[in-house]
Amino acid sequence: MNDVAVQLDGVGKDYRFFSLSDIRLELPYGHIMGFIGPNGAGKSTTLRILMGLVHQDRGDVRVLGHPMPAAQVAAKWDVGFASEDMRLYDGSTLDWHMRFSRSIYPSWDQPYAQTLLKRFDLRPEQRMKGMSHGQRVKATLLLVLARRPRLLVLDEPTTGLDPVARHEVLRELTAVMQDDRRSVLFSSHNTQDVEQISDQITFIDRGRIIDCRDKESFLDRWRRIRVELPGDLAVPALPGIIGVTRTGRLAVATTNAFDASLARAYEAAGIRVHAVEAMTLEEIFVTNVQYSREGVAV
Amino acid sequence: MGSGFVLSQADGRPMYLQIIEQIKRRIAVGDWKAGELIPSIRQLAADLQVSVITVKRAYLELEREGVIATHHGKGSVVATGADVASRIYEQELAKHLEQAARVASLLGVSPREMQSRLRQATERLADAVKDKT
Repeated sequence: MNDVAVQLDGVGKDYRFFSLSDIRLELPYGHIMGFIGPNGAGKSTTLRILMGLVHQDRGDVRVLGHPMPAAQVAAKWDVGFASEDMRLYDGSTLDWHMRFSRSIYPSWDQPYAQTLLKRFDLRPEQRMKGMSHGQRVKATLLLVLARRPRLLVLDEPTTGLDPVARHEVLRELTAVMQDDRRSVLFSSHNTQDVEQISDQITFIDRGRIIDCRDKESFLDRWRRIRVELPGDLAVPALPGIIGVTRTGRLAVATTNAFDASLARAYEAAGIRVHAVEAMTLEEIFVTNVQYSREGVAV
Repeated sequence: MGSGFVLSQADGRPMYLQIIEQIKRRIAVGDWKAGELIPSIRQLAADLQVSVITVKRAYLELEREGVIATHHGKGSVVATGADVASRIYEQELAKHLEQAARVASLLGVSPREMQSRLRQATERLADAVKDKT
């Protein structure tokens, strides 16, 4: 058995108006991976493929060492999947769902389920039908978390939640990481959530992975450099600079391969560096998507 | 038990730097003493609700600076020997001086003028302390 929880290699899937191409992903044990992409980028399709819910047209998928979709029955005992369109039984209560899960999964942790009920502010006697969107999301997460699976695959787990509930969900996900044999893969539009709790970050756009690395190097490599040009000198093209916007003598250069020598190179060319600014994951993501759509290699 | 650390999302600095600063402060004020075991990386990450990799980076940096020492399988402790607390204040001073020098060069302030401004600032502070006592 290898030491990665999830491995996708050259995975593709073709639909009439959309293709997923050459998806490569590796999630080691003990890590949280955040999966970020615009609407329709292929996030949910990718998560469904690794759950065996959608079968890939090509490529290899392994989940906890099991080839997917072939060994999905074996893999699913130890994988918890939650997505917004998960079908719970509308006419049944949350308590009924909890007892149902408990009867199926030997790993079900009842005291933890009770704790989650309180933290998520849910009532077990409530029927699914009467729940708000946010309550249903929390109920779905509770049913998955209380099983304590080795791998959690969560499609937009914080979307539609109020700030308090979002905070509780992030707390439970980071608590999972106290055990370095467990892993979490989650998709999100909320880059702040991803920036806060992810070890690994993957950007996907138009069915392709456009960047994938550990969070600290993401944040380290991207910088905005604010410079002042002497006269009408053009901004010299330096390696690692992917774009420059200029108004008058002031210019802002964006780089995705920052190191201190870049600023020194500007100074050597007689350009004064006013500031080197870090970028948030959201700014990095949006810039990355824009440049990759324009065909700039980033 | 929680670490009592609070990270700020409004603080412009990266999370790992905030963690480094709060650990140093805790050592500098004497809450965490030399040789004492500090929370494990995974424990602190769960406590702060941030990624393991961020806390790991902070610990690696602190090890490099000699503030903490990590013994494989036993966890990390506050470094013994050299006076860590005063070294932390020393580093802080060096950082502020460097920043002042950078702004001075941006404003075109001469080194001589910087010296006299620093002397004035020191004197003002001494006077303020005198007034209070």
